Amino acid sequence: MSIVLLAARVDLEHVLIVGAVLFAIGLYVALSKRNAVAVLMGIELMLNAVNLTFIAFARFVESPRPLDGHVFVIFVITVAAAEAAVALALAVAVYRHRETIDVGKISLLRW
Amino acid sequence: MDDLGVVIAFWALAAMTIGAAAMLILVRNLMHAILFLILSFVGVAGLYITLSADFVAVAQVLIYAGAISVLMIFAVMLTPLSERDNSGNFLQLPALVLSGLVIAGVTFVALETEWREAGRGSFDTTAAEIGEALLSPFVLPFEIASVLLVAAMIGAIVIVRDD
Repeated sequence: MSIVLLAARVDLEHVLIVGAVLFAIGLYVALSKRNAVAVLMGIELMLNAVNLTFIAFARFVESPRPLDGHVFVIFVITVAAAEAAVALALAVAVYRHRETIDVGKISLLRW
Repeated sequence: MDDLGVVIAFWALAAMTIGAAAMLILVRNLMHAILFLILSFVGVAGLYITLSADFVAVAQVLIYAGAISVLMIFAVMLTPLSERDNSGNFLQLPALVLSGLVIAGVTFVALETEWREAGRGSFDTTAAEIGEALLSPFVLPFEIASVLLVAAMIGAIVIVRDD
């Protein structure tokens, strides 16, 4: 019953917990999946969770320039797009040489 | 935020986002996993709208749900002989423990800290102020971001070119 009352409004803490759960799911996907594209999906999910936290702080916390959090999110989205393009190009290039993108089998740099 | 409709929308979108992200772990086909990832991206865009970040929400739909997911679908389709299943590796148990620690730690910090909450209402418009901020205090990172995008584009082309 108290949980229902606690969830009857949205405060900073609630958004932070949603972001933490999303980040944890992304971390699990990035660490435990075999396919390189699935690992990249986990990384994008983590970036989304961080962006959600930025937006929550911009919305709720006292600040002289509250919209700077939104500008940070724009930069994070830009860097994530660049990173996704390069990472997927790398996956295709590795596939051309080895016919697999299983990250457990790509161990050329191991010594 | 006490408006009942916004609160219901926030929790429904949060449930949809986290549910779709959890399906990313459970589903067996990689293509279905990408479709659930798109649903999760759209859910995050909805959460941005409930937090009165309209411009960022539109950018999220355009870039994440539009561009990055299409790139991922292309990457899966261009690697047809690789395994299409979405199975896990030997790190599953340590990853589960680490994720649980992240949730527990962040929840503890979020509930225990005294945040200086502003108590202001939602923003009226954000796009104009974001544009001004990008061109006056953040003009140097803005230009560096454009150089980064060009470098990433050229790098991606060079990496996949076969010769």
